Amino acid sequence: MTDVAINGELPLPREPSYLGAGHTVASWLGTTDHKRIAILYAATITFFFFLGGIAISLVRLDLFTPAGDLLSDDTYNKLFTFHGVVMVWFFMVPSIPGTFGNFLLPLMIGARDVAFPRLNLFSWYLFLAGGFCTLYALIAGGVDTGWTFYTPFSTMFSNTHVVAAALGVFIAGFSSIATGVNFIATTHMLRAPGMKWFRLPLFVWAIYATSLVMVLATPVLAVTLLLVIAERWLHLPIFNPDFGGDPLLFQHLFWFYSHPAVYIMVLPAMGVVSEVITCFARRRVFGYDFMVYAMVGIAVIGFFVWGHHMFVSGQSPYASIVFSFLSFIVAVPSAIKVFNWTATLYRGQIGFEAPMLYALGFLGLFTIGGLTGLFLASIPVDIQVTDTYFVVAHFHYIMVGGTVSAYFAGLHYWWPKITGRLYPDIWARFAAILMFFGFNFTFFPQFIVGYLGMPRRYHVYPPEFQVYNVMSSAGAFVLAAAYLLPPLYLTWSLIWGARASRNPWNATGLEWKTSSPPPRENFAVVPHVEEAPYQYHPEGVAPEHGGENYRAQGDQT
Amino acid sequence: MIARAKILQPPWKEISRQREGATFGIWVFLASEMLFFGSLLLLYTAYRVANPDVFIIAGRETDIWYGTVNTAVLMTSSLTMAVAAQAAEADMRRLTIWCLGATVILGLMFLVFKGFEYAEDIKKNLVPGANFALKPPAAQIFFALYWIMTAIHAIHLSIGLGLVGRLAISGALRRVQLRENPQVEVTALYWHLVDVIWIILYPLIYLMGRS
Amino acid sequence: MSVFMPEAASAQAVQTDQIYYVLLALSGAVIVLVGALLLIFSIRYRRGSKAKRGALPPIMSKEFEIGWTSATLFLALFIFWWVSSSQLSALVAPKNALEIHVVAKQWMWKTQHSNGAREINELHVPLDKPVRLIMTSEDVIHSFFVPAFRMKKDVLPGRYTETWFRATKLGVFHLFCAEYCGSEHSRMTGRIVVMQADGYARWLAAQPEGDGLAKAGEAVFRARGCSGCHSEASKVHAPNLNGLYGRKVQLADGRTVTADEAYLRDSMLLPRRDVAAGFEPIMPSYAGILTDGEIISLTAYIRSLSGKEDNPQ
Repeated sequence: MTDVAINGELPLPREPSYLGAGHTVASWLGTTDHKRIAILYAATITFFFFLGGIAISLVRLDLFTPAGDLLSDDTYNKLFTFHGVVMVWFFMVPSIPGTFGNFLLPLMIGARDVAFPRLNLFSWYLFLAGGFCTLYALIAGGVDTGWTFYTPFSTMFSNTHVVAAALGVFIAGFSSIATGVNFIATTHMLRAPGMKWFRLPLFVWAIYATSLVMVLATPVLAVTLLLVIAERWLHLPIFNPDFGGDPLLFQHLFWFYSHPAVYIMVLPAMGVVSEVITCFARRRVFGYDFMVYAMVGIAVIGFFVWGHHMFVSGQSPYASIVFSFLSFIVAVPSAIKVFNWTATLYRGQIGFEAPMLYALGFLGLFTIGGLTGLFLASIPVDIQVTDTYFVVAHFHYIMVGGTVSAYFAGLHYWWPKITGRLYPDIWARFAAILMFFGFNFTFFPQFIVGYLGMPRRYHVYPPEFQVYNVMSSAGAFVLAAAYLLPPLYLTWSLIWGARASRNPWNATGLEWKTSSPPPRENFAVVPHVEEAPYQYHPEGVAPEHGGENYRAQGDQT
Repeated sequence: MIARAKILQPPWKEISRQREGATFGIWVFLASEMLFFGSLLLLYTAYRVANPDVFIIAGRETDIWYGTVNTAVLMTSSLTMAVAAQAAEADMRRLTIWCLGATVILGLMFLVFKGFEYAEDIKKNLVPGANFALKPPAAQIFFALYWIMTAIHAIHLSIGLGLVGRLAISGALRRVQLRENPQVEVTALYWHLVDVIWIILYPLIYLMGRS
Repeated sequence: MSVFMPEAASAQAVQTDQIYYVLLALSGAVIVLVGALLLIFSIRYRRGSKAKRGALPPIMSKEFEIGWTSATLFLALFIFWWVSSSQLSALVAPKNALEIHVVAKQWMWKTQHSNGAREINELHVPLDKPVRLIMTSEDVIHSFFVPAFRMKKDVLPGRYTETWFRATKLGVFHLFCAEYCGSEHSRMTGRIVVMQADGYARWLAAQPEGDGLAKAGEAVFRARGCSGCHSEASKVHAPNLNGLYGRKVQLADGRTVTADEAYLRDSMLLPRRDVAAGFEPIMPSYAGILTDGEIISLTAYIRSLSGKEDNPQ
């Protein structure tokens, strides 16, 4: 195989695409191709997304009225628990890494596959096994502890299937760790010649930083869940105050994972946004180095802020001050990224195709979510709003307004590469805009009702909170409708969509140098990298109208 | 040549690079294991600081003979594993397989002794619950941690036995070559982790109050 | 309550709201700034627009980045400092605070005033006097939340947590449980009733439980046999409880602790843990024998023995 410089194009591969290489079920379920594994993940997480969505739709339906007349207390409690468990561990954590991380990491670095392809498949099976275990917990009657499993309620008082649910999450955690190990090794060892660390696309850096967090934080969750199972099932006292056990230790262990976990959920999204904004503004990213340091900084500092979930828990006030301080610090790198993305738009040639609409939505919603984090880092304000709808709104702005928007941005951006098809952009833009409005109607009122004092996880509530709940629930149904659109038109595109060329967005990045969809081997020849990423224009000179690469519109076929 | 081709897996193009990759990967995994056991040890430490006298009372009930013998057994198995890894490098096939076999046997011995120790502990009513032998409530926390930490260690050891055994068997049956085999390094490092964890657990479980 | 803000009915509420407004203003400014830039850039630099592109101005450089990074960091640190300095002074309740004991259980609140008066899911307090809540749970973690006071504190089993407030408005305010605690978590609500000081005194006097908490505790002290060891007449060498409360105690292992509520509770339930210097660890544990209510009343009784250091027990 000869190395070929990429000033122009790489030769198009002649092999069949990875989709065509084997049509049997076995060729899919036994695949070691990272691209097929990405599709397996995509199908699974989409299933869990809709399951978690149905659960919360019932909850929001019940919350139209203060009296809780639709569901019983216990059913309500089980539904919000199921929503949290499924959305956090079976959608958010695996979504972007499992789908786009898997599909794109080798392509973006010019490799043929990930470092350990069989481990990659095993990761998916672990994920599936964890999912089955959790579904069993649901079918057998549900869990009502909240996704946070606080002791001693979860270990000594709940009458629901806590052990099955905890076991399901425990198993899925190993999927996370295996994926993380794989991605770290891949990034270190399989970069194409010339692909130096600071030539990597920001999406690769994002996946790398995420993988570091996955590998180091998830084991602590595994231990925590194991202890809950041991206490509940084997009656070994760990957190039981009757034996001198401390329920607060559970909280420390749990949040030591669960705070970094939110960075597992948001860092990949930031990576996607960097790819999309640069392409659709036709601009090099502003401040590449700072973007890298910011992501690594978020990953590292994120390990030291967990106590901000425990300001009212009975933890020492001095510890609380330290955690408050570090929580203010961790906001800074995220702010830098928002500034840099905004500056990337400056003097661009901005197109508003669906991926860009989602990315712009991310910018606005992530900013709002992030700013409300400052409220929560301030102890007196947190005392008022912790465990209320204010916190619920905060994390949904980041997780849904942020990560889910970015997931859809990536889905629409890389859809032609993954499937070889183009979707109808009109419908995609309509869905993006509907989602943005539905989202804000759902969650903005929750900030208000939270500060007013409505606690979270409340089945019934005082009547004076009803107007906000009605608005939120109405917004939720608009949002739900918006979520139903992409499955429809994306499926349509698989059958009737126009076929995509290798680079329909005229984007930089090695993934666009090969065919859409790529062959099993990814590239016909090994790419040799000579330039920094995002070469949308010469350095220091913004792209002019009518210039060579100014349109994010490549040829169609 | 057949054996060699079986080791090389895509996307790697050279065995030496694949070996580097596998070694790198197992080190990253070991980092995660540090966090895994580290959080258990942190929990133990927190409870020990809160209940120093009770932990000493409870610690006296563990069986130091079993513990010490097992430590010797496990450390010896680490030795045999290290020799196996070196022998594989030097292409001394028979020595490698003998040492892998010895590692498996020593590992099994550990589990057997652990089994006897557990049986003793159960007879002495050291399982937290209604008939627990010691009066102070926090002693049950010590023993809850004892059972959990040793059981998790034993599970890790069993997985290690599987890895070592698999290597020994496929090497003996000449199904794969052992020289330059990435799996040798991976298995050796994992086995050493199991040993290191035990070395940390041993004083915390067996040497409490026995100075 | 207004559309956006709950009633501010405590001294702390005013402080918290002040911080809230400042953060709101700051956030608003940032959102407007970012939003405006996004909007302006999107319109001005849309594909094919006539706005100038060309050479990027030199201001867009590393120095600029370092500049806005430092500014953001400084702003974050400043806000932290400003917010926290108010927090530290509010940590400890004033010495003259009225003491209320709170016991939470699934799914109700039991409050007890220092004279023994009890309430269920309700708490009457006087206006403008600091009130200190000493709280514990009988089962799972709950959380005592009064939005109008901007006050929330988790209530844990097996230990005490504390918080305090000074109500500044008359009226009835929501009490919520704010830590998910099972089936009827959302029904574990109550009322805080703030009354004029003299009205409160009258109300208190009219409550059924005439016996003070300390008197009830004295009865428990004898009934449970505590006086068997902890009295002058006893042959057993046990610590004198007169004047013990609030004093520093030297322990057998060399540590020195303060004899507060937590110490007294632990001494009753886990007597081997903090053995006083010069004494043998022979006190039996009362775990499972004393109820939480009895522990609270015993604590009040022992507290009442302060100032009687020289009296025989």
